Amino acid sequence: MGKYVELTASNFEEITKEGVALVDFWAPWCGPCRMIAPVIEELANDFDGIAKICKVNTDEEQDIAVKYGIRSIPTILFFKNGEMVDQMVGAASKQAFADKINSLL
Amino acid sequence: MLDCAIIGGGPAGLTAGLYATRGGLDNVIMYEKGMPGGQITMSSEIENYPGATAHNLSGMDLMIPWPEQCQRFGLKHEMSEVTRVSRNEDGTFAIHKSDGKSENAKSVIVCTGSTPKRAGFLAEDTYFGRGVSTCATCDGFFYKGKEVAVIGGGDTALEEALYLAKICSKVYLIHRRDTFRSAPNTIARVKATANIELVLNAVPEEVLGNAMGVSGLRVALKDGTTRQIDAPGVFVFVGNNVNNQVLMQEDGSFLCDMSPSGEVIVNISMKTSVAGLFAAGDMRIEAPKQVVCAAGDGAVAALQAIGYVDEHFHN
Repeated sequence: MGKYVELTASNFEEITKEGVALVDFWAPWCGPCRMIAPVIEELANDFDGIAKICKVNTDEEQDIAVKYGIRSIPTILFFKNGEMVDQMVGAASKQAFADKINSLL
Repeated sequence: MLDCAIIGGGPAGLTAGLYATRGGLDNVIMYEKGMPGGQITMSSEIENYPGATAHNLSGMDLMIPWPEQCQRFGLKHEMSEVTRVSRNEDGTFAIHKSDGKSENAKSVIVCTGSTPKRAGFLAEDTYFGRGVSTCATCDGFFYKGKEVAVIGGGDTALEEALYLAKICSKVYLIHRRDTFRSAPNTIARVKATANIELVLNAVPEEVLGNAMGVSGLRVALKDGTTRQIDAPGVFVFVGNNVNNQVLMQEDGSFLCDMSPSGEVIVNISMKTSVAGLFAAGDMRIEAPKQVVCAAGDGAVAALQAIGYVDEHFHN
């Protein structure tokens, strides 16, 4: 079973610097974030060992949110070898996220 | 073959699932691409769902117990996106999914709801997610102690302006008329809130911004002048568009009769023009767009679907 990685200021760079990473910026009070939570969990399983599926709790990690200019949640950033290459704002289907990851692999 | 396929997992879909399974249909799947709950989970406060009297109850609080209650009677939730519902030659339906697979169903209840509209001013799409938002509970947090603009004059705009006024230093409520279309109690609360400034007879022209996102908004006033409002957040609540895409067929026609504005035409039993196909909630004609009404629609549609399946397949 793959599990998503909880990113913090201390591990963000380390985790995202190699390969493809999906980073979901969320917060507990956000309905659409809650909606995609099970999707993120399934993606973590499907892409286990292929891409890194990560979450940032914007409430606890405000510095990361500020760094990436997050003003709406959920915002999903896609990284390739440490570089932010794409983003999606708002809830979307698992297929849409998977397609985006596959296009970066 | 499913007895009933429910497309959408908001209040209408969840209630339809509860009634369909508890009412005796065995094989019922509710398709919702993520956690069920629907658009109401974006609302900061719900005061008009009967019996739900907790103070400051949010839409998300209200919806949390619903899925578990439905699943108790056997409702299955499949986390996939339905792209299209079509009719098979034998009168059953095919549910086409975004992963390319499909499923057949004896009856279908479509309740895909609606999506917040954009207001249509310049640069709105460019800055969507970078200062322009349609969810105050999600994004109000990013404007703590800052000024924001709220656009709209209906219930949602006023309620969310009140919510934002608690977090933000100031809320500019921008509305194209000089009267609001909202509950009198809500209007009175807005007018009594010191840090809400009403900017009336005002039409947003363009959202202003830079590489960091939104910095302000220019509005056109009735007297022909314009006013620039410096605020990093712009919240848009100007109504909703119906999500009717799943009913669109490959040739561009709709599976059932629709109103000119794209809502599904139903009778008071939530029956569409196609036997075995029902619609419920915000996507039907004359929908009051209230949780309690969507839930009621879902119950009606499910009871009808049970009757339809019994009559046509179980004799």
